[in-house]
Amino acid sequence: MSRRLQIGRITGFIIGDAQAERAVPPTGFTARLTVFAAAVMAFLAVFALALSVASSGLAERWSQELAQSATLRISAPIGQMQAQTDAALRVLETTPGVASARVLSDDEQRKLLEPWFGPDIPLESLPIPQLIEIVETEDGLDAEALRTRLVGEAPGAVLDDHSRWRKPLAAAAGRLSLLGWLSIGLIFLVMGAMITLAANAALAANAKVISVMRLVGAKDSYIANAFVRRFTLRALAGAALGTVLGLVAVLLLPSPGDDAAFLSGLGFHGVSWLWLPVIPVVAGLVAFVATRAAARRTLKELR
Amino acid sequence: MIELEQVAYSYGDSELFSDVSLTLQPGSFHFLTGPSGSGKTTFLKLCYGELLPTAGHLRLFGSDVRALTRDGIAEMRRRVGVVHQDCGFLDHLPIADNIALPLSVAGQSPASEQENLAELLNWVGLRARAGALPPELSGGERQRAALARAVIMSPDVILADEPTGNIDWEMSQRLLQLLVELNKMGKTVMIATHDLGLIRAAKAQVSARVLRISDRRLQLAGADL
Repeated sequence: MSRRLQIGRITGFIIGDAQAERAVPPTGFTARLTVFAAAVMAFLAVFALALSVASSGLAERWSQELAQSATLRISAPIGQMQAQTDAALRVLETTPGVASARVLSDDEQRKLLEPWFGPDIPLESLPIPQLIEIVETEDGLDAEALRTRLVGEAPGAVLDDHSRWRKPLAAAAGRLSLLGWLSIGLIFLVMGAMITLAANAALAANAKVISVMRLVGAKDSYIANAFVRRFTLRALAGAALGTVLGLVAVLLLPSPGDDAAFLSGLGFHGVSWLWLPVIPVVAGLVAFVATRAAARRTLKELR
Repeated sequence: MIELEQVAYSYGDSELFSDVSLTLQPGSFHFLTGPSGSGKTTFLKLCYGELLPTAGHLRLFGSDVRALTRDGIAEMRRRVGVVHQDCGFLDHLPIADNIALPLSVAGQSPASEQENLAELLNWVGLRARAGALPPELSGGERQRAALARAVIMSPDVILADEPTGNIDWEMSQRLLQLLVELNKMGKTVMIATHDLGLIRAAKAQVSARVLRISDRRLQLAGADL
């Protein structure tokens, strides 16, 4: 089929056939049901999409950012703390894969403990371990080899390469993202089922119209198009409305502060905004396919 | 044009008729009679492909009806104008739109056919009623409108199922006159009716064959008709 013919068919579908539109009277119940179902499903799809996009971003961030860093924790009697810290730093300086190593200051350590103990912790008088932040090179470091070397040089040092908690968290976030996409798929499946029910009701209500049109020489495609076009446009309009309402609801979510860093990624960022206009388009496609199948099934029962 | 060869039709185990062979020649005029339930309407439905014969061969315009695709059936129906017993109008459309429906479904713009439509409405005497809805028309007006819809595509064959069933004598004569005019224009006409008066009136004007479905067979009716 030539491109011009295809464009012509698409344009013809959107504009519609005024006579066919008049021949098939609209049924208020099915029209309202289709618009309502599409709007509600699109509203839910926006939330599922926001969840999926956010958790996908979270998984990516956790995987990438934390994969390039490690923490060395030195637990030693107060008298040996400085000596073991210096020894550990010396080891790190000569360890392949370490880009930099930095001893966290008392202020930084105090900030880390603030959420649990409050701002006035007497850090100096408490046996708090010393933390060393390690930034890895792109190749990364050999954690096992480093641990072996530290056993001899700084026995109080414990290397945490974050993998113990980073991997399950990244996996959980990845699974959450997958569930979000699965929810979107299910939402569109339910939308298709509801539109099929509405289309079947409309086809049943117009059984006489269909029969008369067929008897005066209408082809199946002509009759089906009158229904398919109507349901597709209704689903498109309903889903567009639902998407806008869903977006407004997402934007009105309370803004998370620093204390709620886990939630700070919820919403849409960058290219993920482009997913939003896809929702009404997919809803329109779902309606197109569902109504077409319903119309073809009904028409096949007639000669 | 329409050829039936040893055609039979059964509803389940109940055979309506069998061994029916007939050829509708171009320009011929046929009446189909028989008692109620003898299968007149079924016979007409076979002739425009709404039903398939349970046995035998049926060719519509040279094509075996069983070999026709659904689109092929639709195109064939544009060559057969049918006046249904109940008229089969869309009650929410004005009668002019109902008459123009075959044009619309065939992809022809009724706007470009306004002149023909107006002529047709004049011909059946319904110009003044063009905007009326079907339920607002009398029985005779509905039958004439149904005839107008049947001929708007200028079909080769016109099939009418009890067209005078619900109208008075005067109106049935007017309708018959229209069908005779169409036959004189070269159209093939077949009317299923049990109205013997209509058949006698027609035979005075055209050379019509009268067929009768009786005892599950199609027979040529006697000269008394």
